[in-house]
Amino acid sequence: MSVVVQGLTKHFSPGSAPAISEVSFEAPTGGITALLGPSGAGKSTVLRAIAGLEIVDKGSIAIDARDCSKVRVQDRNVGFVFQNYALFEHMTIADNIGFGLRVRKRKRSQIEARVSELLDLIQLPDLRRRFPGELSGGQRQRVAFARALAVEPKVLLLDEPFGALDVKVRIELREWLHRLHDEIKITTLLVTHDQIDAFEVAEHVVVLFEGKVAQVGAPHDIYDQPATARVAQFIGGANMLTSEVQAEHAAVASLRVGVPAGVLNGDRVQVLVRPHDLRLTRPNQDTPDLNLGEVLHLRRVGGYVKATVRLANGQHVSVECPKSEIDALGIIQGESVLVNVREAKVFAEDYSI
Amino acid sequence: MPRRSVLPGFAPSLIVTLSYVVLLVVIPLWALFAKTFTLSFRQFWSIVLEPRAVATYQLSLGASLIAAAINGVIGLLLAWVLSRYTLPAHRLIDALMDLPFALPTAVAGLTLASLYAPNGWLGHPLQFLGVPLVFSRVGVVIALVFIGLPFVVRTVQPVLEDLDPSIEEAALVLGASPSRTFLTVIFPHILPALLTGFTLSFARAIGEYGSIIFISGNMPMKTEIAPLLIVTKLEQYDYAGATTLAVVLLGLSFSLLLVINVLQQRTARRSRSARK
Amino acid sequence: MRPVSLQQYRRKSAARPAGGSVILKWLLCSIALVCVGLLLVIPLLAVFINAFSAGLGAYWKNICQPDTLSAIQLTLLTAGIAVPLNVAFGIVAAWLIAKFEFPGKNILLTLIDLPFSVSPVVAGLLFVLLFGRQGWFGPLLSAHDIHVIFAVPGIALATLFVTFPFVAREVLALLQTQDSNGEEAALTLGASAAQMFWHVTLPKAKWSILYGTILCNARAMGEFGAVSVVSGHIRGMTNTLPLHVEILYNEYNFVGAFAAASVLALLAVVTLVLKRGVEWRAAR
Repeated sequence: MSVVVQGLTKHFSPGSAPAISEVSFEAPTGGITALLGPSGAGKSTVLRAIAGLEIVDKGSIAIDARDCSKVRVQDRNVGFVFQNYALFEHMTIADNIGFGLRVRKRKRSQIEARVSELLDLIQLPDLRRRFPGELSGGQRQRVAFARALAVEPKVLLLDEPFGALDVKVRIELREWLHRLHDEIKITTLLVTHDQIDAFEVAEHVVVLFEGKVAQVGAPHDIYDQPATARVAQFIGGANMLTSEVQAEHAAVASLRVGVPAGVLNGDRVQVLVRPHDLRLTRPNQDTPDLNLGEVLHLRRVGGYVKATVRLANGQHVSVECPKSEIDALGIIQGESVLVNVREAKVFAEDYSI
Repeated sequence: MPRRSVLPGFAPSLIVTLSYVVLLVVIPLWALFAKTFTLSFRQFWSIVLEPRAVATYQLSLGASLIAAAINGVIGLLLAWVLSRYTLPAHRLIDALMDLPFALPTAVAGLTLASLYAPNGWLGHPLQFLGVPLVFSRVGVVIALVFIGLPFVVRTVQPVLEDLDPSIEEAALVLGASPSRTFLTVIFPHILPALLTGFTLSFARAIGEYGSIIFISGNMPMKTEIAPLLIVTKLEQYDYAGATTLAVVLLGLSFSLLLVINVLQQRTARRSRSARK
Repeated sequence: MRPVSLQQYRRKSAARPAGGSVILKWLLCSIALVCVGLLLVIPLLAVFINAFSAGLGAYWKNICQPDTLSAIQLTLLTAGIAVPLNVAFGIVAAWLIAKFEFPGKNILLTLIDLPFSVSPVVAGLLFVLLFGRQGWFGPLLSAHDIHVIFAVPGIALATLFVTFPFVAREVLALLQTQDSNGEEAALTLGASAAQMFWHVTLPKAKWSILYGTILCNARAMGEFGAVSVVSGHIRGMTNTLPLHVEILYNEYNFVGAFAAASVLALLAVVTLVLKRGVEWRAAR
């Protein structure tokens, strides 16, 4: 039951900028696809359009190879989990979960069996007669899942499912979702602005900025090979440095990186360096000045250290290294270090955030 | 173009609502204005400016204004006391604020007329004032004060209750006396709500009928209110006269409605910004 | 005009600030209590005391007068017609206005608010203009011997007019503060429009509907001005209870008038109690 989306475009009011524009991607069958992007990127709009809760101006949506642009919400048979869960407050948990089945006029015994099954699945078997108001956030979230899954939908759509929860609960629920997905291989689309959700849960990521698709791929692919500087900065920490191209290369401290075709000597380009792709070592007399840096700031964060280093060319970089390394190095604030750059990526477009 | 929405029921609810409103409101109003337009401009104005009619405007407007002002003061006091202090039988008294709103106007008129009559429970002791309380303009004001009280109380009370106490505490810490705090911090904040309540009370008073006809004596040129004149003209089959006066009242109500809408928006904005 | 809606009772009271002179507090409270007593308590008590001033037996006789009984009957009938219709309309109109965008929405809202701001006498006049003997439909109705004015249908119509905004406004206030996620969830689960309405929207709105109904009913039973204009005051036939009070008063039958008024006053007290009950329940 794959979901194929083609050229989705929607304006919320005529004449204004589109909420989403020419969004196309494919969510593979049985996998978890994350729609990732900052607030306002249009991810929820895309999700709601797939569910039929928004009507798009242009484009097509195909679930399980069948075009459903003309199909009503009620008939699309998708499971939708809302950001605020949208549980029916006046119904018990059991009635909430069984709602979709009651609507389809299943037999009472069938409904009871299925509700019990799902309560076990979400590990809340004792709560069937409680009301949503009596449950914690994490429990309500799981009930919302159960309700959506009860009717055996073709596709599961999650709108910022972990947004309103504590960090610890979020971590638990991510793992729970992973295990759930191992059991029930249902095509899942997940909207989130939190890249950790995308990386820990999804196999496939669609990055959206301002209503347009910026990049599509597996999480690590997007991390290693960001298509644009903006994607690079959004996914994973990033230092964006500017450098002047000389001899078809851009230099960042100790590293010289090849530039893409079409970039000329003398052009200024953006160079992405991830904080943990920088290593600090003790300089010696032979160290060229270009590769030196001054440690401006050292801060211990849990098991690693964040250092702010000023490079020879005046730009600042953020470096992350394990605490053990810094201890072994024995450097303190104000000292000079040798900045080793393991990897960097050049972006030719003139982009600044 | 109506935006398509996924939620069902647009067409049926639109049809039902429009039919209901057209049948019940638009067509009757149309009949009113159509009837009035059968008159010439001159005829219209001569009815509007009839001495007897003018007397009713004076009474209705004057009495309503005075009653609304009295309600402004008493209503503010009651709202203040209810929101800040705990009275004995507090909840009962709070519920009683809605009594004039829930009590049929005829009952209000009956009981007030009997209370303030010269031999009434309140009229008797107050005879020393030398002013007749019933069958007089004073009686009209008394009835209108009763009718309009909840409008001020219930409009000001929520604003007072939503007022962030730390604002007052900040003023006190900075050295302001309680009275100064009230005048410079609290009162300006509740002023829009107070004005709204005043205007609501005023608007209601202008159209009031049931409670007044018991207490006022309904003497033309003296204690006859505008709505009563309309009824009188109707009974004499002077439809044109009745509709003319009705249009005047309606015009007044509309203008007040506009004023109230503006004031209510102001109140809502203030209330939102003061909430914690 | 309607001053507050149920929505305002859902907010929590802010903590009262400390400080302030005790003398001032006592002074203000005393004045407030005197005002409440004079303006509200005494008039209300006076109704009941006067009604029973000639004894319980006389009271009961007054109530059981055929004209009084038929007035009570007519009042109940009128409310029985006006209130359910207006509740139905109110829910439908609130749904329309809260959930959809369309041109002319503001005009519609103003029209719905109109009965609140129109003098009751003018309201009655409107229907006389339409259905009275010299009205638009007058000749048509006379030809078929249908009586609207000076008869029950006219009273029902006038009452319908003055009470129809109550439920609409209450439910609208509620729907506007809540999102549609519950309804959308029901739709994704396959519910039809009716199922969605029944299982999600109506339960959400039940307190507002009830509140609006209470207010609507109080006004419907107590309406005087509009009904007075259209009714013709025919004893035993087109007199509602409030009109009956006026007739008895004009005949100097004060105890009788108060007896009839006491029934209405009792209605008012019940209304206040129910209103408080709903406010309390809805705020929980």
